[in-house]
Amino acid sequence: MVDSFVIPLLKIVIVLNATLVAVTYMVLLERKVIAWAQSRLGPMRVGPYGILQPVADAVKLMIKEDITPVRADRWVFTAAPIISMVPALIVYAVIPFGPKITLFGRQVSLYITDINVGLLYIVSVASVGVYGIILAGYASNSKFPLLASLRASAQLISYEVAVTLTLVSVILMSGTLSMVGIVDAQYNQGVWYIFAQPIAFVLVLIGGLAETNRAPFDLPEAEQELTGGFHTEYSGMRFALFFLAEYANMIVVSSVVTTLFLGGWLPPFPNTAPLHFLYAIPSWVWFFLKSFCFLYLFIWIRATLPRYRYDQLMALGWKFLIPLAIANLVVTGIVKVLL
Amino acid sequence: MAEAIAFYFISACILGFAVLVISTRDTVHSVLFLVLDFLFVAALYVLLGAQFLAAIQILVYAGGIVVLYLFVVMLVNLKRPPEAHSDPHRKTNWGFALSIAVLVELAAVAAYSYARPAPALAAAAQAPVPLSGNTEQVGWLLYTSYLIPFEIASMLLLVAMIGAIVLAKREL
Repeated sequence: MVDSFVIPLLKIVIVLNATLVAVTYMVLLERKVIAWAQSRLGPMRVGPYGILQPVADAVKLMIKEDITPVRADRWVFTAAPIISMVPALIVYAVIPFGPKITLFGRQVSLYITDINVGLLYIVSVASVGVYGIILAGYASNSKFPLLASLRASAQLISYEVAVTLTLVSVILMSGTLSMVGIVDAQYNQGVWYIFAQPIAFVLVLIGGLAETNRAPFDLPEAEQELTGGFHTEYSGMRFALFFLAEYANMIVVSSVVTTLFLGGWLPPFPNTAPLHFLYAIPSWVWFFLKSFCFLYLFIWIRATLPRYRYDQLMALGWKFLIPLAIANLVVTGIVKVLL
Repeated sequence: MAEAIAFYFISACILGFAVLVISTRDTVHSVLFLVLDFLFVAALYVLLGAQFLAAIQILVYAGGIVVLYLFVVMLVNLKRPPEAHSDPHRKTNWGFALSIAVLVELAAVAAYSYARPAPALAAAAQAPVPLSGNTEQVGWLLYTSYLIPFEIASMLLLVAMIGAIVLAKREL
């Protein structure tokens, strides 16, 4: 009873709440880092160094007036933020934050579940998340959101192909689709896949940026051209849901890249005996440390790179990333067969 | 018991959404019901213990193909009622006849397989698959027992792809 029901429920509650808190603080971190990159201070008023800013933001967004445009498609308009938020959260079900540990004399795994198609589950749930953006743009019944959602759908489909093809080469290395299994495979082979599959790593990172609509691929919400893109007509908490979903997706991408390429919860060179003292640091600390590096990288990229033009984005996806992904897959396959 | 309840609930949802897909007037709503339908089909696969198939169902159909549908629907923007699309030259009731034929065929298949379970299925269930995982089993069966259907299906997709390219780009 406790093992099959109470503990999973507790884990779900903890992961969901931790995610939402992490997401609000990601927003603060992003504002701070970009401010520092531009020689500003960022939010400073609410609390010391502005650390209570997320609370103020949340209160503001919740009490703001919620407007639905008169000509909007009411049902779809209401559903769109929910559709983009739910996939962003349910992906956390298969992300392993650590191995099985003993807690209060009880075996507890630091992941909600480990299904044998974990990676596919993440990819497929993420592909459903696109609907939030597309439907928001359509239901608003307004030019700019519609343009944004057309861009979003084209962009997401193109990059999904490249990312999924690249993930296949990782699966070839690990021989399993389970997220826990992929980390175990990296342990057994004694190498993080970032060293075995550097091209795949870069491809997944670029694809992840595009899939989360982050700069330099943030065309669906390009402020200068589309006045806010797909969420132009949204206000209050519904707008906040889109915002939360975007940041939750960033954390998902960071966690997935960490799991696939940086050995998840493993310390560096997990099989090298002289480095075994690194196991003194708890597994989940390694995981969060690595994920945080990627989150920081996302913000850093946004502060550094200008946005792509739309045709450049498509050319990059179809003419460069997909052929490279296929080439990488073929080479991985040949090497795998020969060894 | 719980499994039966889940099965009937999911099946009812699949059929209900399928009816909504063809009865809704707004094309975008109709496409959305199609997505819901696909998601419930995936749920049915999970109920059967075929997680790999469920994930692929969502990834390919709900996540890929229907996004393209939406893309087209939004670009074409069919705001007119369905009556405006009807072809005045089409007076025959071929559609009805064809759907009745398909229905009869499906009923016959169901009745036949209910009367005597297919030997092929029983054989497949007994055939030793030397692998444990869901994905591995699907892969094993596709490349051993069902190799020829698999290759034919991939040929079909290739032909469709080449056809689309030829149609879209008249001079290459």
